[in-house]
Amino acid sequence: MATPNIPLWEVFIRSRNGLAHKHVGSLHATDATLALQAARDIYTRRGEGLSIWVVPSNAITASDPSEKGMMFEPAESKIYRHPTFYDVPEEVGHM
Amino acid sequence: MYTQALNSSDGEDRHVEDAARAAQFQARIDAEERIEPNDWMPPAYRKTLTRQISQHAHSEIVGMLPEGNWITRAPSLRRKAALLAKVQDECGHGLYLYAAAETLGSSREELVDAMLAGKAKYSSIFNYPTLTWADIGTIGWLVDGAAIMNQIPLCRCSYGPYARAMIRVCKEESFHQRQGFEIMLTLCRGTDEQKAMAQDALNRWWWPVLMMFGPPDQASQHSDTSTKWKIKRFSNDELRQKFVDATVPQAQFLGLTIPDPAMKQNEAGNWEYSAIDWEEFKQVLAGNGPCNRDRMAARRKAHEDGAWVREAAMAYAAKRRQRAALQAAE
Repeated sequence: MATPNIPLWEVFIRSRNGLAHKHVGSLHATDATLALQAARDIYTRRGEGLSIWVVPSNAITASDPSEKGMMFEPAESKIYRHPTFYDVPEEVGHM
Repeated sequence: MYTQALNSSDGEDRHVEDAARAAQFQARIDAEERIEPNDWMPPAYRKTLTRQISQHAHSEIVGMLPEGNWITRAPSLRRKAALLAKVQDECGHGLYLYAAAETLGSSREELVDAMLAGKAKYSSIFNYPTLTWADIGTIGWLVDGAAIMNQIPLCRCSYGPYARAMIRVCKEESFHQRQGFEIMLTLCRGTDEQKAMAQDALNRWWWPVLMMFGPPDQASQHSDTSTKWKIKRFSNDELRQKFVDATVPQAQFLGLTIPDPAMKQNEAGNWEYSAIDWEEFKQVLAGNGPCNRDRMAARRKAHEDGAWVREAAMAYAAKRRQRAALQAAE
């Protein structure tokens, strides 16, 4: 008998208060409650987290890596968005 | 040629396009860029990685069996808690690795089914029995030690999800090796019988552990392309030598004798070991090791015994979804 496909979830963990949740990996679970419990067992066995988010993988919309040139090029040509683009005389001090 | 039935000009165009993409891909690898799941990759790269990562995952899962054998018989609560945590870690490692393999497009279910059907391999080392408590010490010290030697370079593997999984795995393995060495140290500082038990375990595990690094370089079938693709950073023999050089002083500290009387240190400081019995390795991989049948039977039984749990969880989730849909419609 073929094994039934159990839905895939992406796991995000906040490691300390004040930090954002960060993607740590994925897992299979039939529902959100089981996904949270499995995430605790798989990804926080050594106190790695204070808070967990689980998100169904198919709910994530991702940008296409083959179009990353077109997607991100507009930012690359705009160096005037960085503070180092502007000259401030040394006498003015830290700004 | 598998494309003969297709429109030939189409096929040629695709061939040219693929060659250009393959060149771009190799340039990214050469520049030490990481490849991520949705990036274009040569079909053979995908296939090689799927094979390697899933075999690695199966090894972690089957690897729980020889040690699980001793959880209920650990000599103290401290040892039992540590062994339980270690076996649980191995399960976690299997799951990180299945997740990494899945990013290449095969489902975990397909990968697991291939293993249960005997179509996918796992590490030869787990087909040896754990006869005494000293085997648990030896596994932690040597089997996990060899695994770490293999896995540390994989943290820099060109495929992002595999490299990231390996970083987590390596962090956790270091406790495994230390708990194993501590068991060996305790036995070696114990009674004569305890020390003899440690020596006996080392005698039985030494050669199978050296085989864990895979066939010698001149006979390894996957090495060249894996090296070109930076999946593999060191050859089997290089890693094996590093492991032997690191292990000999540890054995000396324990006061144990490595079962290789001809072993000697050369001028470069490397320990030269005797010829490995590759026929034994071949036999174990072919399914004729001491425990192959036991291990497969145990995995199949666990999978079949768990079937009702998977089905019940799926049915429960479906019921909840249906109920939520009905409530929303009211």
